[in-house]
Amino acid sequence: MNTSALHTPPPGRDDGPLHPGLNMNSRWIRINRARRYAANHLVTVLAIASTVVVILPLIAILAYLLFMGAHSLNLNFFTKIPAPVGEQGGGMANAIAGSGIVLAIASVLGIPIGIAAGVYLAEFGRGRMLAAAVRFTADVLNGVPSIVMGIAAYSLVVVKQGHFSALAGGVALAVMMVPTITRTTEEMLATVPNAIREAALGLGVPKWRTVLSVSLKTASPGIITGCMLAFARVAGETAPLLFTAFGNQFWSFKLNEPIAALPLQIYVYAISPYDEWHRLAWAGSLVLIVLIMVSVTLVRIYAARGMMKGAS
Amino acid sequence: MTTEEDPKPTLRPVLVAAPPHDPGTTPTDSITAPVSTIRRYLMSRRSGAVADRIFMGAMLTCALIIFAIVIFIVWTLVIRSKLSLHQFGFRFFLHSAWDPVNGDFGALPFMYGTIVTSLLALVMAVPLAMGVAIFLTELCPRRLRTPISFLTELLAAIPSVVYGLWAVFVLVPIMRDQLGPWLYKYFGWTHLFEGYNFGVGLLTASIILAIMILPIISSITRDIMLAVPTSQREGVLALGATRWEMIRTGVLRNARIGIVGAIILGLGRALGETMAVTMVIGNHPDIGTSLFAPGNTLASVIANEFSEATGDMYLSALVEIGLALFLVTIVVNAIARGLVWAVTRGTPARAH
Repeated sequence: MNTSALHTPPPGRDDGPLHPGLNMNSRWIRINRARRYAANHLVTVLAIASTVVVILPLIAILAYLLFMGAHSLNLNFFTKIPAPVGEQGGGMANAIAGSGIVLAIASVLGIPIGIAAGVYLAEFGRGRMLAAAVRFTADVLNGVPSIVMGIAAYSLVVVKQGHFSALAGGVALAVMMVPTITRTTEEMLATVPNAIREAALGLGVPKWRTVLSVSLKTASPGIITGCMLAFARVAGETAPLLFTAFGNQFWSFKLNEPIAALPLQIYVYAISPYDEWHRLAWAGSLVLIVLIMVSVTLVRIYAARGMMKGAS
Repeated sequence: MTTEEDPKPTLRPVLVAAPPHDPGTTPTDSITAPVSTIRRYLMSRRSGAVADRIFMGAMLTCALIIFAIVIFIVWTLVIRSKLSLHQFGFRFFLHSAWDPVNGDFGALPFMYGTIVTSLLALVMAVPLAMGVAIFLTELCPRRLRTPISFLTELLAAIPSVVYGLWAVFVLVPIMRDQLGPWLYKYFGWTHLFEGYNFGVGLLTASIILAIMILPIISSITRDIMLAVPTSQREGVLALGATRWEMIRTGVLRNARIGIVGAIILGLGRALGETMAVTMVIGNHPDIGTSLFAPGNTLASVIANEFSEATGDMYLSALVEIGLALFLVTIVVNAIARGLVWAVTRGTPARAH
C-alpha cells in the first residue's frame, strides 16, 4: 500500500471552500478524506492482487496439464489397448471407444428429452406455474452430485441386469445432460423474436410446425452448441461411471457388459503406482481438456454473436 | 386462377389464390361469393389442432420426465437404504464407527470430513473470488475482461478427475515437502497442523476444492454485480464517493443477497465433489483435529467402497450416505437458486 496516500490528499481535488464557513482544508476533513482515499487504493490493490493470485496458478495448472499431456501423447495412445503391468507402451484405444459408446447412449437418451423439455418451457409454458416448477427442478437436478446419479443408475439398470454395463453408464450420463440442455434450449428459444413466430402463425402454419421449422431452426446454432457443452461436460464425468460402466482392460462393444471409459481409466491409472500408467493418464486428460476447450470456445463464439446470452 | 383443389395442399396456393391477384373477380365479388377460394382451401385442410395437441403433449411429457427423474432418485435411494434406515435410525449420523466386518456403520466421520473440507474451501475461495469479481466488473480494462472470464469458464469446465490427477502429482508433493512443514513451523501451536504429514489429507482436499469452486463463485458473483443497474453506481459517485465507497454502498449492498446465493452454490458444488477429493483425501474414516490427517467425505466413501461393498447392510449404509448427500445438496442448491434468482430475475438467466 502506498503510505503517502494516508497523509496527503491527492492533488487536483483541492477546490477551495464549497461553502462560506466550511473550510475544506480543516484538519479533520483532510484526515477523513485521506482515510477514504487510502481505503480506495487498498481495495483496488487487493482486488488486483487477488485476481493475479487466482489467475496465475490457474494458468500454471492449465499449462502444466497441456505440457504433460503433449509430452505423453503419441499414436499408440489412440490405437493400442493398455499393456500389461511392467511393459512399456500401450494406449487407451479401448477406453476412447468405450467413452464413445457410453456417450452415444447418453446423447440418444438425453438430447431429445432435454430439447423437448426446453421447447415446452419456452413455447408452451410461458408464465405457467408448472413451467416454473420444471425449471426449478431442472436447476436442482443440475446440482445433484454426480455420484448420486451413479447410485440411481446402478439401482435402475445394474441391479435389474445383475451386472455392470455400458447401458447403465449411458443412462447415468443422460440424466446429467438433460437439465443443462433444457435450460440452454429454453434460453435460445427465448432469443427468437416473437415477430417470426407470429408471421408463421399468421400464414396459417400450425403451432407444431412453427415450433419445429421456425423457432427451433432459428435457434439451432445455439442449441447445438448447448448440446456440445453438455456432451463435453459429461465426457469428463467419472463418479457416475464408477459402478455403472465399471471399466474394462480389453475391447468391448457390447452394451450389456462392463466397458472402459476414458475418465475412469485416468482415475485408475492416476492412483496406480506405475510410471507408464501415469503417462497414459496425462495423455488421457489432454484429450479430455481439448474436447472441453473446443466446446467452450464454440460457446464463446456464439455468445459473442449474441446468439446465446451466457449459456455457459 | 386455380379454383380446383390442390391434391397436396401446401402453404403456397394460399398466397397464389389470394383475391387481389385474381384478375377475374373484383373485391366485392369475393365478399358476396358464398365461399371464397381461400376459405374453401382452408376448410379443405385439417385445422392442425389434433397435431398441435399431440405435439404439446409430447413436449410436456419430456418436461415431466425431469420431475420423474428427481422423484425416482429419491424413491430408489430410500428403498435401497431401508435396511440401514431401520437398523440404525437417526443415530446413523451421530455414530462414528465404520466397521464393515462386524456390520456396524455410522456416518459421523464422513459428515465431519465433508463439512471441514467444504468450509475450509469456502474460507480460502470466497475472499479471492470476491476480489476477482470486483476486479472484473469495476476495475478491469475492457480489453482484459473477455480473456479472463473466458479462462474462468474454461477452468470451471475442466473435469474433476483431471484436477485430481494434477493434485496427486503436483499439489501433494508441495504439501508434503514445502507447505506442510512451513505450516507446522509457524502455526503448529494451533494444533491444527500436527501428526505425520503424508501430503494427502483434509487440507490438501480443501485446497483442491477451493481451486475448483473459485471459478464458479467468481463468475456467478460477476453476473450478479453486473445485474446492479448503472444508475446506482452513478448516483453514489455523483455524491462524491470514492470508487471503493461506490462498490461497497452502490454495488455490494444491492447485490449482497445474490452474492450469498453464489457462495452457497459454491458450497453445494464442494459438498458433492467426488473424484478430486477421493484422490487426495487419504480415505481413512477417522475424526482428528489435525488438518494433515487423512479423512473421508460422504462422496468419497461412496466412490471408494460402493463397487466392492459386500453384504446388504454395507451397501445399504452406503446408499443411506448417498441419500443424505442428495438431500443436503438439494436443500443447499434450492436456497442458493432462490437467492440468485431474487437478484438476477430482471436479466437473462444463466444455465450454470
